[in-house]
Amino acid sequence: MPETPEHTITREEVAHLATLARIDLTDAELDHLAPQLSVILESIASIQGVAGDDVPPTSHALPLTNVYRDDVERPGLTAEEALSGAPEVEQQRFRVPRILGDEQ
Amino acid sequence: MTDTLLSYDDVLAQFDPALGLEVHVELNTATKMFCGCSTTFGADPNTQVCPTCLGLPGSLPVVNAKAVESAIRIGLALNCEIAEWCRFARKNYFYPDMPKNFQTSQYDEPIAFNGWMDVEVEGTTYRVGIERAHMEEDTGKSTHIGTTGRIHGADYSLVDYNRAGIPLIEIVTKPVLGTGAKAPEVARAYVGQLRALLLGLGVSDVRMEQGSLRCDVNLSLAPRGSGTLGIRTETKNVNSLRSVERATRYEMQRHAAILADGGKVLQETRHWHEDTGVTTSGREKSDAEDYRYFPEPDLVPMAPGREWVEQLRAELPEPPHERRARLQAEWGFSDLEMRDTVGAGALGLVEETIAAGTSPQTARKWWLGELARRANESETELADLGVTPGDVARVQALVDEGSLNDKLARQVFDGLLDGEGTPDEIVAARGLAIVSDEGALSAAVDHAIAANPEVADKIRDGKVAAAGALIGAVMKEMRGQADANRVRELVLERLT
Repeated sequence: MPETPEHTITREEVAHLATLARIDLTDAELDHLAPQLSVILESIASIQGVAGDDVPPTSHALPLTNVYRDDVERPGLTAEEALSGAPEVEQQRFRVPRILGDEQ
Repeated sequence: MTDTLLSYDDVLAQFDPALGLEVHVELNTATKMFCGCSTTFGADPNTQVCPTCLGLPGSLPVVNAKAVESAIRIGLALNCEIAEWCRFARKNYFYPDMPKNFQTSQYDEPIAFNGWMDVEVEGTTYRVGIERAHMEEDTGKSTHIGTTGRIHGADYSLVDYNRAGIPLIEIVTKPVLGTGAKAPEVARAYVGQLRALLLGLGVSDVRMEQGSLRCDVNLSLAPRGSGTLGIRTETKNVNSLRSVERATRYEMQRHAAILADGGKVLQETRHWHEDTGVTTSGREKSDAEDYRYFPEPDLVPMAPGREWVEQLRAELPEPPHERRARLQAEWGFSDLEMRDTVGAGALGLVEETIAAGTSPQTARKWWLGELARRANESETELADLGVTPGDVARVQALVDEGSLNDKLARQVFDGLLDGEGTPDEIVAARGLAIVSDEGALSAAVDHAIAANPEVADKIRDGKVAAAGALIGAVMKEMRGQADANRVRELVLERLT
């Protein structure tokens, strides 16, 4: 497959996305993943190239719209059940580490 | 950390403000946006949760039909177009109050878009363009534990997910230009009138103090007459109508001081502090704006049928401006009286008071006089005072039947504001009814004449206007609990 630079993804972009997604990638993993992701993007670009104007972009595999439920209450979890998987619990709430750092 | 502010007159001499308002409304559906959990306010923490709103693996969302209906009705009431086809999108970010690590929202396909609402301020109508109204879900509620009680300096936080997943509609205006000195008042009036509109639709409790209506104020300044848009700030946490006005004015003065000094406004999120009346910088992370939106794969598109949309349009309540015109004609109010009534947020209150049997002018007198003064003193809205239209109508009925005079009626309102019960209970408990015992009244009149012989002589000489002093003395002796007209009759009977 010929190189199409506009559809490749750079190592820096992968590193940025990994940071946003809170995925800790090593240098070796970045070296490995960036070219692989580029291949995927190039493949998608090829498909887009053959799809004519009569083929709209699609985001769902099912040809369905308007799937709704009635506004009727259904039983959920008890607080005990909800909190059972939490690493730390305090005052019947999920206890989470400090949200902001010390910069402010 | 104190900001330099330019005087308001100098701001206006040099700059044109551009406003933008983002209002988040919690819908009053019985269940959440994507699951069947209850939305009741004030429940014990984490008792209204399920795998879907906790973001547990394997759970799937299903859209609440009632929330879609409410969103369409809001869009129609704001003169918006309703999308023929639109999708939900994932807004990706990491924050503990958002258990899925994304918020299900709408991105470039809002359900309603391109509308407007007319806002009236002191007799001038400003047309506020509506950019969009889109559907999304609320987050959980965090409590920050540490010496500050705020997120900054907290040691850790506790999260309650009862609120996570409650349906929200975000209503975003287009830039509002040309408001000049009135920008803060227009901002306040927009939120106030939007609140009234949503209340009329019955889609939300719109209680700002409980957070079911929340407002962010975007503001920028441009050199006067330039026709450009400056760099904006987005002030969050502006959660009362009065704060909307104050925060807008504060940011205008803060921006102007920076720009007048040759500086550049930093595009950022600011936080409004109700107690100190200032905004502070609030942006946490430089990469937080990169939300990587993409269509939500777990929810199929929405394509609201045109018949359904037209049916909802036909069932909308009377638009506010038509309602105002109709009520003004029915009540015979002058333009000024009507404007003051609307401006005070008293239209519905006056309407209900009249419906409960009070005359239009009397209903207006109580709400815009005595009660407006008290709302102003306690810095609350009339609707939040704790006095109902039924109370006002009952107090006036007691005045009409001669049991109370206006002074005693004001004491009944004291009792109502202090939560002492119904008007009749307060009259009984405080012993406020007018004394109709003619003997006691006559004695008080005789005392007043005896104590003020020179006044009595003036009246005997035909100066009836002097009677006021004697009536005042009698009312004082009767501790206000007398009918002033009857006292006047008794005074004049004796001296003329």
